[in-house]
Amino acid sequence: MTVTEPGSPSIPMTTVPEVSSPPPPRPAGPFPAGLKTRMETRRLSFFYGKNQALHGISLAIPEKSVTALIGPSGCGKSTYLRCLNRMNDIIPNTRVEGEVLLDGHDIYGPGTDVVDLRRRVGMVFQRSNPFPKSIFENVAYGLKINGLCRHSELPERVEKALRASALWDEVKERMHTSALGLSGGQQQRLCIARALAVEPEVLLMDEPASALDPIATQKIEELIYDLKRDYTIAIVTHNMQQAARVSEYTAFFMLGRLVEHDRTEKIFTNPGQKITEDYITGRFG
Amino acid sequence: MTQPSRRRLLSNVVVGLCGGAVLLALVPLALVFFYVIKQGFSSLNWAFFTQMPKPVGETGGGMANAMVGTLILIGIASAIAIPVGLIAGVYLSEYAGGKFASAVRFTADVLNGVPSIVIGIFAYGLAVLPVHRFSALAGGLALSFMMIPIITRTTEELLNLVPSSLREGALALGATRARAAFGVMVPAALPGIMTGILVALARISGETAPLLFTSFNNRFFTARLDQPIASLTVQVYTYAISPYDDWHRQAWAGALVLVAFIFIFSVLARIVTRRLERMHRT
Amino acid sequence: MTKPPSSPRSADDRLFRLGTGFFAFLVVLLVAAIGYELFNNSRLSIAKFGLAFWRTKTWDPVAGNFGALPFIWGTLYSSFLALLISTPIAIGIAIFLSELAPRAIRTPLAFLTELLAAIPSIVYGLWGIFVLVPIVRGLETHTPDWLKKFPLFSGPPLGVGMLSAGLILAIMVIPFTSSVAREVLRAVPPTQREAAYALGATRWEAIQAALRYGRKGIYGAIILGLGRAIGETMAVTMVIGNNPQVSASLFAPQYSMAAVIANEFTEAADDLYLSALVEIGLVLFVITLVINALSRLLIWSVSREVKVKERKAAPAPLPEEAA
Repeated sequence: MTVTEPGSPSIPMTTVPEVSSPPPPRPAGPFPAGLKTRMETRRLSFFYGKNQALHGISLAIPEKSVTALIGPSGCGKSTYLRCLNRMNDIIPNTRVEGEVLLDGHDIYGPGTDVVDLRRRVGMVFQRSNPFPKSIFENVAYGLKINGLCRHSELPERVEKALRASALWDEVKERMHTSALGLSGGQQQRLCIARALAVEPEVLLMDEPASALDPIATQKIEELIYDLKRDYTIAIVTHNMQQAARVSEYTAFFMLGRLVEHDRTEKIFTNPGQKITEDYITGRFG
Repeated sequence: MTQPSRRRLLSNVVVGLCGGAVLLALVPLALVFFYVIKQGFSSLNWAFFTQMPKPVGETGGGMANAMVGTLILIGIASAIAIPVGLIAGVYLSEYAGGKFASAVRFTADVLNGVPSIVIGIFAYGLAVLPVHRFSALAGGLALSFMMIPIITRTTEELLNLVPSSLREGALALGATRARAAFGVMVPAALPGIMTGILVALARISGETAPLLFTSFNNRFFTARLDQPIASLTVQVYTYAISPYDDWHRQAWAGALVLVAFIFIFSVLARIVTRRLERMHRT
Repeated sequence: MTKPPSSPRSADDRLFRLGTGFFAFLVVLLVAAIGYELFNNSRLSIAKFGLAFWRTKTWDPVAGNFGALPFIWGTLYSSFLALLISTPIAIGIAIFLSELAPRAIRTPLAFLTELLAAIPSIVYGLWGIFVLVPIVRGLETHTPDWLKKFPLFSGPPLGVGMLSAGLILAIMVIPFTSSVAREVLRAVPPTQREAAYALGATRWEAIQAALRYGRKGIYGAIILGLGRAIGETMAVTMVIGNNPQVSASLFAPQYSMAAVIANEFTEAADDLYLSALVEIGLVLFVITLVINALSRLLIWSVSREVKVKERKAAPAPLPEEAA
């Protein structure tokens, strides 16, 4: 393990000690003993054509907690996130090496039902993208196409999801009006409700509040804080205060490599790598 | 079948059907080209290109006058449509915001969709009825009405692609708006404008309906504008619906020449565009 | 030295605006003139027959009785038949070319399908007479007897008739509808499809989400095809049989508005005859006007919606917070 000054051509590497399957606690890692790992990548590399965007990322995401992925623009954190629910599959000419485990099973292995995977690992995008339908229909969409409940149960499930995303009170009177009539922050919470409706086990959030004003951002952060009681969450964010506020664990990415992964308080108060410290204190990025 | 695999199957079936749709559409394309080339080629001979049609009942003859007639007609159409379309396009690009500009734009698109036979009726009333005579001029006029909206819209769109900093630079140097528009903007957009014109030409050279009662037809060779004139399209039509086998053969030959003509025009358009673009870059 | 506001320069510019504006006005004038002249020249027929013109079946030039019902029937029948056949194929092509095809074959395939639009109508008509009609005649001859009992399939197997007209119109309309539908699908933001995928949608379900988003534009594309079919003249008149009868049968030779004008305009010996034909042309003009206007509005609405939504989803971005 070499540590070099930032600004020099080579990038310092920290490899998190390998975890053997299934998920026992890491010896010297950031996790307390007995904590279950929900998703894990092992030596995950990703290629856009000839360009290697991710270099051997080994990272574990423990359940019922929030793991924040931070790093400068272009460091690969969004690409990494999209590997976790195989959203990168729809981009042509890409390649994956290594393993991505959901509860111990490699999602890139043969026999994986990608459609079911995406129901179990949900995603919320940077820009809200509601369908041009009513609020009700948006939330019900995932339930309908996956056939998750009877038609008569839809209103109940929709309400449950909207309550979970703290939107119910604001929209209960206008469930059948267009989702596009909501404000930006409300649309994003609608997208979260839509993702929650299919009862995923893991929720991936790609900069969910970056397009929102401070008040809406605050609401989203409070929501994330509530959700982690029941869901495993991985959130990409460029806002370090946000990462510090909502997450238990933080992973710092740089140029497609995982530099440091530890408890959030440690990363932000006493990071192990100098380059991490430089990023957090704003010296670059 | 379980739910997910049924959905998966449906998805795959639909994807296959979409590919099938493409293949299905290519079948008539292949068939048309095949028959036109096969039937037309065997009927092409030197006489076809050099002789006039023979009277009814006699075999042989050609469509020389029709080919020349088509060239004359599209020449007349261009002479009218190119200036009108070009200048109208300049207006739309220079004064794009106003309500009038939107109205013109909308109208041009509407004009594009008017059936060619209706344009023929209009040209008939305008240029044939008053003088009680079919003429090449009337035919050219009808064709020009079809070219105008195409040239107008492509000119406007191409001019909009030229960065307005060019215009502002010219104006800042003291040029009038006219100079800036015609001396700077139009030459900058010329390759694309030329393509638009050639595309319009390719389109109208295949038109038949508007010529049926404007330029009508003529068994003889003529270059006069105030007389009916033969055209390739009308000649092919006349021969095609006739009961004579020999005329049918010649109709195929005429169709082949027509398709080849349009094809050459499109290729020409591409070459000219590329040549002009290269001139611009140096 | 600065020039005063009312300099000769601004007079030049005013002249420029007026001059070019005049030519732009010519375009508007043209359409208005078409409408006016058509109306003017059909006054004779309108005055004599009124609205009954469109309800009357008999078209008898000799006796001077003109009823245009067969023509509007034939036009609508053939056009809707063409739409029925062409729409699924055109949308399928649009989906394939914009969503499914690997990039390498996308351009050549798109070029080929658009080549269909470059073939002139008369060539389609010629091909129709000598290639399509015999094929259709063969199909009609071999229709099973039990099918022939239905009015839809009744009548002698001539080959020329509504079926041939519908088929050839469908072939001609496909490239128009599919290229516009392709543009519409391209305008749908990719985030819509991503949202569907992220919720576990299959390929087809994600495409459905895109289609639903752009549905107005797709309708516009379909209607554009309808407008094209309604106005088509040469190919139709060469295969439809040119018989002014109203029949439900696909096999029956019938007539269309554009076809009757093409065939009989030069034979119209008297003013009333001509006026009746011009009136048909007038109605054709109005119908295609309305259809094209409608289709443009629908198609433009998709790209406008996308821009509005983009503005809404992203209010002023916050400055990056530095620690």
